[in-house]
Amino acid sequence: MTESNLANLQAGDTLTPMVCAPVTRTTLALFAGASNDHNPIHIDTDAARIAGLPDVIGHGMLAMASLARLLTGFSDPRRLRQFNVRFAGITRVGDQLTCTATVTERFIAGGEQRIRLQLQAADQKGDMKVAGEAVLAI
Amino acid sequence: MLKRDQIGLTLPPFQARADASQLRLFAKVVGETDPIYTDEAAARAAGYPTLPLPPTFLFSLELLQPVTDWREQIGLQYARMLHGEQSFTYHRIGLAGETLQFETRIADIYEKKGGALEFVVKETRVTDQAGEAVADLRSVIVHRSA
Repeated sequence: MTESNLANLQAGDTLTPMVCAPVTRTTLALFAGASNDHNPIHIDTDAARIAGLPDVIGHGMLAMASLARLLTGFSDPRRLRQFNVRFAGITRVGDQLTCTATVTERFIAGGEQRIRLQLQAADQKGDMKVAGEAVLAI
Repeated sequence: MLKRDQIGLTLPPFQARADASQLRLFAKVVGETDPIYTDEAAARAAGYPTLPLPPTFLFSLELLQPVTDWREQIGLQYARMLHGEQSFTYHRIGLAGETLQFETRIADIYEKKGGALEFVVKETRVTDQAGEAVADLRSVIVHRSA
């Protein structure tokens, strides 16, 4: 999928899935600093245990950033109109997400042609972690 | 039990800017390899005055909210909070170095599963120095009661 064939996308078309690097503690520590999310349940095992978790968990926004990368990988980011997600499951150290997107409709809004994409990030077992949708101008 | 009478609470507006070095780290950590997010010359060649913000970075700027006692005002405990949903409506792309204004309102508080889970809906309007809309953010925070 490239920017040049965006205009030809139709309902039912899928983007090439994107496989992310497995989540590591280093990634979580760096993402805490890079994203301003300093919640210790993502970086400090002791704090995670106090919160009732067996270990640190991944930032939801790290998974959302991966879905964003899938979108900006095939389309100019200035085309993005809407981007919504629901965090359906916790990501853990070692999890490897695969991000997928399927076109669900073409429509006209704001005087421009747009597409709606259904988005999903699932782990190595196929368990859904993030579900959402995006609207792009084409 | 979260305080329903805090629905409508507005947080003091604040201003924030994304700095290029933090954006470079963000791109590296999330695996973003498009040079428009890290290299000024590549960004300019693609028609941006400087580095553009990646789509979710406005959430990171919103986290710079200097007033943090709104959580206690509502009854939220940090260790019981989970991020339930996040949405962005974009009016234009944000840029590194520009001063953006964030205005946040607690739009709703409700419960499910007989109060075992409570939800706080937070809406934030992001505007630029001219007062023009840049984006609208909506977060749903899940709060475990026990």
